[in-house]
This record gives sequence, structure tokens and C-alpha cells, in this order.
Amino acid sequence: MKNSGPNEKGLLRIENANKSFGGVHAVRDVSFEVQEGVIQALIGPNGAGKTTLFNLITGVFPLDTGHIIFNDQDTGDKKIFNLVSMGIARTFQNVELFTGMTVLENVLVGLHVRTKCGFLGAIARLPNVQREEKEAREKAMHWLDFVGLAHAANNKAGDLAFGWQRSVEIARALASEPRLMLLDEPAAGLNANETGQLGDLMRQIRDLGVTLLLVEHDMSLTMEIADRIVVLDQGAKLSEGTPREVQADEKVIAAYLGA
Amino acid sequence: MVFTLFAAVIICTGAALEGDYYHEQLLTFIGIFTLLAVGLNMLMGYAGQISLGHAAFYGIGAYTTGALTVHLQWSPWASLPCALIMAGVIAYIVGKPTLKLSGYYLGMGTLGFGMIMHVLFREWTTITGGPNGLVGIPSLSLWGLDLSTGRNYLYVVWGCVLLTFFICDRLVNSRVGRALRAIHYSEQAASAVGVDTAKAKLQVFVFSAVVAALAGFLYAHMVMFISPGTFTFLASVKLVAMVVIGGMASIWGALLGATFLTLLPEHLSVFADYEMIIYGGILMGVMIFLPQGLTRGVLDIYEKFRAKRKGTVED
Amino acid sequence: MMQELLQYLFAGITNGAIYAVIALGFSTLYNATDLINFAQGEFVMLGALLLVTLWLQLGLPLPLAFVLVVLAVGLAGILFERLAIRTVRKPDPIVLVIITVGASIFLRGVGMVVWGRDPMAVPPFSELESIEIAGAYLLPQSLWIFGIVMILVVALTLFYKRTLTGKAMSACAINKRAASLLGIGTERMTLMAFALATGLGAVAGIMIAPITMATYDMGSMLGLKGFCAAMLGGLGSLWGALLGGFVLGIAEAMGVGFVSSGLKDAIAFLLLLLILYIRPTGILGVKSSHRF
Repeated sequence: MKNSGPNEKGLLRIENANKSFGGVHAVRDVSFEVQEGVIQALIGPNGAGKTTLFNLITGVFPLDTGHIIFNDQDTGDKKIFNLVSMGIARTFQNVELFTGMTVLENVLVGLHVRTKCGFLGAIARLPNVQREEKEAREKAMHWLDFVGLAHAANNKAGDLAFGWQRSVEIARALASEPRLMLLDEPAAGLNANETGQLGDLMRQIRDLGVTLLLVEHDMSLTMEIADRIVVLDQGAKLSEGTPREVQADEKVIAAYLGA
Repeated sequence: MVFTLFAAVIICTGAALEGDYYHEQLLTFIGIFTLLAVGLNMLMGYAGQISLGHAAFYGIGAYTTGALTVHLQWSPWASLPCALIMAGVIAYIVGKPTLKLSGYYLGMGTLGFGMIMHVLFREWTTITGGPNGLVGIPSLSLWGLDLSTGRNYLYVVWGCVLLTFFICDRLVNSRVGRALRAIHYSEQAASAVGVDTAKAKLQVFVFSAVVAALAGFLYAHMVMFISPGTFTFLASVKLVAMVVIGGMASIWGALLGATFLTLLPEHLSVFADYEMIIYGGILMGVMIFLPQGLTRGVLDIYEKFRAKRKGTVED
Repeated sequence: MMQELLQYLFAGITNGAIYAVIALGFSTLYNATDLINFAQGEFVMLGALLLVTLWLQLGLPLPLAFVLVVLAVGLAGILFERLAIRTVRKPDPIVLVIITVGASIFLRGVGMVVWGRDPMAVPPFSELESIEIAGAYLLPQSLWIFGIVMILVVALTLFYKRTLTGKAMSACAINKRAASLLGIGTERMTLMAFALATGLGAVAGIMIAPITMATYDMGSMLGLKGFCAAMLGGLGSLWGALLGGFVLGIAEAMGVGFVSSGLKDAIAFLLLLLILYIRPTGILGVKSSHRF
């Protein structure tokens, strides 16, 4: 599965993606695929276009030209919230929690696309709504347990330590039952110990069958857990392969040393 | 539980006030403003959006029922749904384009809407009675029971308040309410976890307009005479001030803000001349110093103070 | 018919020029700070009422009164920024809307207490006879207004294109963080923008006073129309503000002339709603509206 050939269609396909801001060509003609069930990393020196590409995949801004295809569907005309129901979840580099809400409530918002209760349903609170709410709470607790934070369920999310906030964000993303999870520099702001735990957590997530694509700066984490790596430099794809292949690529070494 | 207690307080207060017409009426007005404030609070406190034309929806409720009962001799109970639906549909039309954009646009859209409605109430004489107002709106009665007496109407209005509180409480603690609160904290993150933020905001805007129309209905059948002067921009600003004083994102805060700003002019005789300066000052002052609202802000300060004292005792 | 059309056109262009100047105020501030000032109309009111005091009551010569009024209102704008905007701890749009609305109602209250409730008549700038063109009459005040607007546009263009401060302000408009990295003090730019925006409001107030009279509550409707003009042309665009102002002014004059005079104030709002539905970036706007 991990080393499936390039002729098998990937879960996520980036085809000739281009994006410019004013005169800056931030992403130029980038193509790659993410196979289902892997941990794939997107790395590159500062200003390589990683974050831009990440934002393109998550629908924050539209592509200039090219296609992003998820599960054989073009995501070009989809709104951000539609992408979530299609099965793409994300986390933020600086952790974006709903700080005044409890940890459990944060994860419950993550279940938004997998639940149905509407405005009138909430007012009437009929048995089916109550059942849905109960199941949602059970699921949310399950995901909190999965990331090891069941004990903090009723704390205010903003009061948690930063490392835990990141875990809440991951639980919230998992709650939307994604097929692909995008993580924007998940190790940023974590200490070595926390980074190690994060690596374990990501492997567990992959073992659930969720594909992971991470943009990462921390090379040691990337090399250790990624099944496949794409290297960007100055907006273009520089190299692609297993961690070992990428590490041996002279272009990559030159780009990193030069930077 | 809280609601049962609240209902008991209302019933007892009503009984205690028997015959005291002035206070009965004052309390009924507080109820009407509480309705307006609690609806607006759902929009401001939970969805993080602002309406500067809420008096217009209040007016739409009042004039719709007024026009239908006076000109067409409809029963008030038949005009009630019309008033609510009218406000809801108009809110949808105003909110649809503005709520997709950043927070300023609903503000400007509703500000303009409020002014236009005020012009319409004043100029469309055949329907609204023009500047002189609409006279002869019938009072409410139900199965032969006259609801227009001081205490009965007080119960009607506060019954509506209680019902609205109940509905808001259920909304806030549901999937819909969580999504709204999420938008308030981080719209970016809310849409990234799959919340259709524009739709959620539109729903709550329509809801708050419908609640305002209900208040307008109750007002029209209470005073039986409505005129454009009640539904001005200043009235909208006053409603915003009630929410701000009570503390955004707090259902009970709306009650407090409405009570405070209804009683203030009663006890402050210089109020009339300095009304605008006072409202303006309150809005700026609270937002600059206590952006969580007066109640929340004061509570926060108190809690900090207590925590500090506790800390020193333990040391 | 032609004659009437021309007459309405004159009226429309005159009002449109004033809306354009108010719109310029909105755009200047929006460019520098991303803020929409709901009190902009009240600075217009302050301009008109201060003119009454300085020119009519104290008897200062008009040009001197003009300059003093603009400076005084600009100063009020600076004070407003320092006291009420800079001090905000949580600059969410909703908080800033409430503060600027608070300021708007506060200033209106001050205007009422200081100048009273009654509208005050202001004579035109010059006692000339109306000019007849093809049977329609053009007021000399309109000529004054066109002249002042032309001068403003040229001056603003030169300011943005030629002076360092102006260039720095346009840089802030494009990217605030990049500008501050380049050492442009965004704080000072914000202050400048407030002074400029409120000063423009004062100019509009001075120009419109002889046409509509001056009262404490004239600001809200003018503010709304200025905003509508800015949105029509594209918020943040100088030429857009001008275009939007004239489009709105002419649309209003035609609506009043050919449909009903009760419609006048509704037209601005309907156009605003229309532009928000079909093209929120405005006719000339390029800056994409914020997704968040």
C-alpha cells in the first residue's frame, strides 16, 4: 500500500497547480499525488510555497490554474465547509480553537458535518435530536480519549497548555471523520517530548485508515514518520520520494544548505 | 429549573403589583425590551454580528399587525403569524448579501434599512397613518378573556419572554448554537471544521428579526397606537446598548440591560437632552474598557479580585 | 423634457460631488486601517455646524473659516482615533462598529446640545445669479462644489503618487505587515488616515451646508450615502469613490424627478443592497472582499 506505483490513482492529486499574489509566483506548476493510507510530508525552506499550497488544498483561496482532485472530484468550485463533508480536515499552524468553549464542545463542533439537527430541531428537541446529541457526545469523548484528553473534557479550551490545545485541535479534526487530514506544522511550538508523542499519535491516526499530509519544518520528525516526502523550493517541486531518497537528493541538499 | 423559578417570580410580582398601574406598565415595557434585547443578543453575542436596524423589525411587527387589524379588521391572532413572517422574509433579503462579507456590512446594511423603514413608516400614509401614527389597534383577548388589563398583559408579555428565553437556551446548547459560538471565537476555524458560516449567521439574524417582530406585535396591541417616532435609529442604538450593558452572549444579561435602560430615563429627569450623549458614551466606554459587556466585565474583575485575595490568604 | 432632464442632472451632479467627497473619506480610512467608520457622517455634520459658528456667527472671512473648520474637524478625528480606537483591546469588527456607532450618536448629541435642534440656513459662497444653460439653471454653489472637488482629487492624486507619506499610505493599504517590516510606521499612518478622512468629511459638510441647511442630525443619512457611494465605486478606490458618488447623486435626482420625491432616501439603500448582491467589490474595486 505504502509503495503503490504512480499509475494507481491517489486519494489527493495536485495537477499543475499555479498561484500568484501580485507579482509573486508563490506556487508554480506543482504536481504530486497522495496515496491513501500514508503519512506524506511537504517540506521546503522558508518561502518555498508550502503554506500557500496548503491553503490551496484546504480551499482558503482558489487556484489560478491547475486542478486539485480529491477522491476523483475536482475541489475547485467547493466551499471550505463542503471540503470537510467530502472528507478533508485540517489543523492550523497557530492552533485555532474556540477558546471560550469547553474542550468537549470544541470536538462537538468538529462533528458538525456528521450531525443533522437544524434550527427548529434544536428548539423542539425531539427524541431523534436527543439521540443524535447523545451519540455525538459519546463520539466526541471517544476522540478525546484517543488523543489522551478525556479528563480535560469540561475545561475551557483556552485554558489548556499549548501542547494539549494542539491535541484538542487534532481530536476536533478527527471528529469530522476525514479521509485526509492536513496538518500545518503540527510540531511548531512543541518541545522534544511532545513532538515524540505527536509522532506516535500520527501513526495511530494513519492506522485508523486516515491519510495524513503535513507541512513541516521539523526535519527530524518528518524523516522519522513520513512514508513519502515532497520537497518544494521557490514555489516549484524540487524532489519527491521516500525520506531516504529525498535525503540523498543532491538538489535538496543544495537547496537546504543554500538557504 | 431556572425557568420555573423565573416564572414563579413573575407570577408573584404580578400578584403583588395588583392595581399599581404605573409599575405594571413599566414592568410590561421592560418585558418588551427584554424580548428585543434577547433576540439581538443572539445575533451579537453568539454570531458576532451586529444589527443597527433592529427597531425597524420591531416596527415591522407593530405596523403589520396594526395595518391588518385596523384596515382589514383581521383578528390579532391571524395577523401575528403575518407579522413574524414579514420580518423574517425581509431580514432574509437584507442579510443574504451582507452576511457573506465581513462584520461591517450587516451593520451598514441594517443601518440603511432602519432609516428607510423609518421613512416608509412616516411617508406611506395610507397604510401607516403617516407621522400622526396609526390609531385604533384592538387589544388582545382570548376565548372571552380580556388580556388588556394591566396584570393580564404583563403575564402575556412575560410569558413570551420566558418562552423566548427557553428557546434561546435550547438553541445555544445545541449543534446550531455551538456552531454559532464557534463562529464568534474563530470564523476561520469554524468554516474549516465544516460550518457553513454564512448560513448559520443568516439563520440567527432572521431569528432575531422574528423575535423583534413579536415584541412589536405585543407593543402595538398594548398601547393600541403606533407612530414612527418609536422606531428610529436611536431606538436601534438603544437596543444595542441594552445588549452591550447586559453583556454579550448572555441570555440573562439581556434582561439586565433592558431593565437598566428602561428605568434610567424614568429616574433621570435631565435624560431627554443628554440621551444621545449618554447612549453614545455607554457604548464607547463599555466597548473600550469591558468588551465582554458590563456584567461579564464586572464579574471578571470581581473573580480576579477574589482569586487574588484567596491567593494571598493561602500564601 | 430635455430641459427637465438637464435640471435633474445638475442637481444630481452637485449632490453626487458631495457624496463622492464623503466616500473618499470612507475609502481613505478603509485603505489604511480596514476600518469602516460609522461616525463619518457626524464629522460631516461637525463641518457644517462649525462653519455656521466661524463664518456666520463669528464673522471670519470664508476662506479662513473653511481652513479652520477642516483643521478642527481633522483634529477631532485624531482625538477620536487616540481616545476611542487605539485603546480598544479586542479589535473585532463588531467591537469597532459599536464604538464608531457610539461615537456617532455621541457627536450627534453634542451637536444638539451645542447648536440646538433647529436647522440653520447658510448662504451660498457667492451672491451670483444662477447660470442658464439650455433652459436649465445651474446654481453658482454647484460650480463652487465642482471646483473644490476637482482641487481635492488633484491634490489627493499628487499626495498618493508624489509624496513619501502618500506612498507609504498606499503601501499600508496593500499590505500592512509588509509595510511595517519596511519601517513604515502603521500607527502614524492610521492617525494620518483618520485626520484625512474626517477632514474630507468636514469639506463635504461645508459644501453641502448652503444647499440643505445645517442641523445636528444631518450626518447619519449623508454618512450612509457616502458609504453607499464608496461601495458602488469600490471601497478603497479613489476614482471609484468619485464614480460612485456621481452615479448615486444622478440616480437620486432622476428618481426624485421622474418617480417620486419620497423615494429619494430609499434609492441609496436599494443601490447598496443591489451592489452587495451582484458585485460586492464595486464597479472599479479590485481588492477582493475578505473571506473571513
